[in-house]
Amino acid sequence: MTPAANRYDAIIIGGGHNGLVCAAYLGSAGQRVLVLEAAAAPGGAAANVEFSPGFTVSGCAHILNMLDPKVSRDLNLASHGLKLSLPNLKTIALAEDGRHITFDGALATNDSLQVYSKTDKANLADLRRLLLRIGKLLKDFYGTVPPRLGTESWSDRIALAKLGWAIRRLGRNDMREMLRIAGCNIADVLNDELESDLLKGAIGFDAVLGTELGPRSPNSVFSLLHRLTGEANGIPGALALPEGGMGAVTRAMAAAAEAAGADIRTGSPVARILVENDRAMGVALETGEVIHADIVVSNADPKTTYLKLLGPQYLDTGFVRRVKNIRTRGTAAKLHLALDGLPEFTGLDAKELGQRLLIAPSLDYVERAFNHCKYGEYSTAPAIEMIIPTVNDAALAPQGKHILSAVVQYAPYELKGGWENARDEFIDTAIKTISAYAPGLEGRIIARELLTPRDIEEKYRMPGGHWHHGELALDQLYMMRPVPGAAQYAAPLPGLYTCGAGGHPGGGVMGIAGKNAADRILKDGKSR
Amino acid sequence: MTPEPYEAQLLETPFHARTSSLCSTRQWGNWSGFASVNAYTSVDMEYFAARSTAALFDISPMTKYAITGSDAASYLNRLLTRNMEKVKPGRVVYAVWCNDAGMVIDDGTVFCLGENDYRLCSQERHLPWLLDSAIGYNVEIKDITSGIAALAVQGPTSSAVLKAMGLVGIENLKPYSLTEFDLDGHSLMVSRTGFTGDLGYELWIDPGAAELLWDRLMEVGSLYGLRPMGSEALEMTRIEAGFIQAGVEFFPGDLPTRPDRLRSPFELGMGWLVDFDKGHFIGRRALLQEKKTGSRYALVGLDIEGNKPALHSFVYQGKDTEVGIVASAMWSPTCKRNIAIASLKTPYHKDNHGLWVDVYVYRELKWERIHASCKVVDKQFFNPPRRWATPAGDR
Repeated sequence: MTPAANRYDAIIIGGGHNGLVCAAYLGSAGQRVLVLEAAAAPGGAAANVEFSPGFTVSGCAHILNMLDPKVSRDLNLASHGLKLSLPNLKTIALAEDGRHITFDGALATNDSLQVYSKTDKANLADLRRLLLRIGKLLKDFYGTVPPRLGTESWSDRIALAKLGWAIRRLGRNDMREMLRIAGCNIADVLNDELESDLLKGAIGFDAVLGTELGPRSPNSVFSLLHRLTGEANGIPGALALPEGGMGAVTRAMAAAAEAAGADIRTGSPVARILVENDRAMGVALETGEVIHADIVVSNADPKTTYLKLLGPQYLDTGFVRRVKNIRTRGTAAKLHLALDGLPEFTGLDAKELGQRLLIAPSLDYVERAFNHCKYGEYSTAPAIEMIIPTVNDAALAPQGKHILSAVVQYAPYELKGGWENARDEFIDTAIKTISAYAPGLEGRIIARELLTPRDIEEKYRMPGGHWHHGELALDQLYMMRPVPGAAQYAAPLPGLYTCGAGGHPGGGVMGIAGKNAADRILKDGKSR
Repeated sequence: MTPEPYEAQLLETPFHARTSSLCSTRQWGNWSGFASVNAYTSVDMEYFAARSTAALFDISPMTKYAITGSDAASYLNRLLTRNMEKVKPGRVVYAVWCNDAGMVIDDGTVFCLGENDYRLCSQERHLPWLLDSAIGYNVEIKDITSGIAALAVQGPTSSAVLKAMGLVGIENLKPYSLTEFDLDGHSLMVSRTGFTGDLGYELWIDPGAAELLWDRLMEVGSLYGLRPMGSEALEMTRIEAGFIQAGVEFFPGDLPTRPDRLRSPFELGMGWLVDFDKGHFIGRRALLQEKKTGSRYALVGLDIEGNKPALHSFVYQGKDTEVGIVASAMWSPTCKRNIAIASLKTPYHKDNHGLWVDVYVYRELKWERIHASCKVVDKQFFNPPRRWATPAGDR
């Protein structure tokens, strides 16, 4: 390869969804882009995995609820093959006796609630209106590069003023409510507004899904609001399943990036970012191969990007401290079961099995599950989110067979005694927990796989096995995400950018971080 | 009465038995948690010993870190603004280090004891910063403050005192160099360093041999006018020498509650310690930016009319433009000048016309306000040739 051919405008480290989105935007703007992916296929944590012969599952993320419509439109993902098999997934909060409650992603419910409470339907509608309104406000700021604090720059001041104005514009009541609950815990808010334990448990669980929080932890309202910023098919807060699994989403993104002229090289783990004259100027692969570029964009998490790929020697100590202290302790395990037939759940018909099923019967149940995690133990009665994707998408498993894909909480990253001896016990615990709602499940299991946060860390290169590349918390958000001094997608080192979930607005398959990073890079390019 | 945990419990230095029996004023201060003598008998006598004969000062409370390991040199190059690659074993250098914003955290001396074997001495304690700066480096950092007893022997006869004590060839030790001697089987490290701006040495020894060293010095020193000195006299000598002091000319990086009160090396006249060509060091990008946009302050010497120390006075230019503040001030008995070290807003340090200080003197139930004109001068007010001469003279 000639030196000229081996030179790019931008190298993107990591072919996860944000890296692909960033590549597509940069490519469309005429940049020569190379995406380097360590795994054998792009997709990162939104890729498909064949965990047992013939059984394909979304390896990490398994529900599409936050894909940004603008990204989807700009990249024309539909024309690159993205289709939703179920555009407005319902959530069913399971009760052991079969008296389940059904609501949708945006917390709209039906009469199933009447069994438990005469007033909850109306109460939930009120709460839902407020949460969706605040979610909409957040969403408006997700698509923009956050301002810097303490600068003289007018663009920073205007961005901050816009945030203040947007909050003010909620009106007196909603603004007061937003400021009251934003840093609050979800248990207090739900206990104020609702009666039904089952409903509160389910919403409370949604609020702490993928976080190191329990429903009584401060900040858990925010993590729920973050979920509600999402949408599917134009419906705010809606959840969806993509046809062909999450892998289909990133396949479409990869196709869009390639259509925009980006090169994607898989099986190419980057060893380090190269620096010359205080500027990033390329990368060295683990094979030793060196590739040069004007800028390097890392879709890896901030800890990996700054402390491993770049190295503290190019950074200042205060910055290194902040990066080191990003909270990345994952608590969610992923369970995959291959089943020889459709399981039977008490009180659910076959069609309802295609929806999202939650085991979180009360706030206390979820909080108790979290208690274990605080002390380095796994939950003996875990809270579980499940889908059986094969109900709507039979092609994912052999004829007549099914897959159950579940997020099981809590499974602490640092388990006392280590995961090696505890893995099977925890799988048994999870299966036992599900079996209480689906008698006979155990007899249907052909194969099983559990990814603990340790496994997720290793497999998807996320420290702590944390989906969001860092806890989504008020102190790790917006102009503080990933850390002050790097929250505008640009690293302190010139020529280095980050585009992953570690930056604003965080995790979930949104693609916004990738788009915002591309915006910033192109803006810098103009002023360069 | 045993002090409560929240009450001050000052530690004793290895010389405490000696210093406490000589401290007839009973005036002690707190130096990094150690009881340190402010004045033994008379500040003036101690000051004049340092300037005319020799003074003995207990520097054991100075914070000392041992920095070793295969990356020690590159680690210090990352930590400090100056280029440490050029510093050879046996040498001592003055250095500052900065936070991310290029603001000085502290200054200190670095002793290069051998290849990848250093000792960093500073006024304040910095272990968390030093350790966090070491992430990614193969280096061991240990606080050895209590493990070493140290004395400064400063003044024109200091070399003669050490010679009389049997340190053969001490006069040939160059400024900012160090060497080792044997003192009754104890290893004694001597460096030609100090904080008085005069000929002087610092002696470093195992705490077990501290009293032996003290007694030996006092014994031979009596013929050379050696007397113990407290920190008040030392403060006078360091102002005359134009040395900066943490907590006076600058506030160490992690101390002030108001971030705008910090100073960069350029703002402290330490630009000569900043080497942009050695690769990245902490604060480099911010300092490069400062180079481009200009510094906010300049640290200068002031020669002030009259004889009333202008401590903490405002500095004005013209009628009433406030341009700075005096950090340290004194009537210098040696220079016979009313001197001060002041932090001026730029560019007022350049225009030497119309500067004046507002000095308030309280005398017997009355404030007197003195409008004293002043001039910006080199802040090294006292810098005698004997400080730099090798071989060192006897007086």
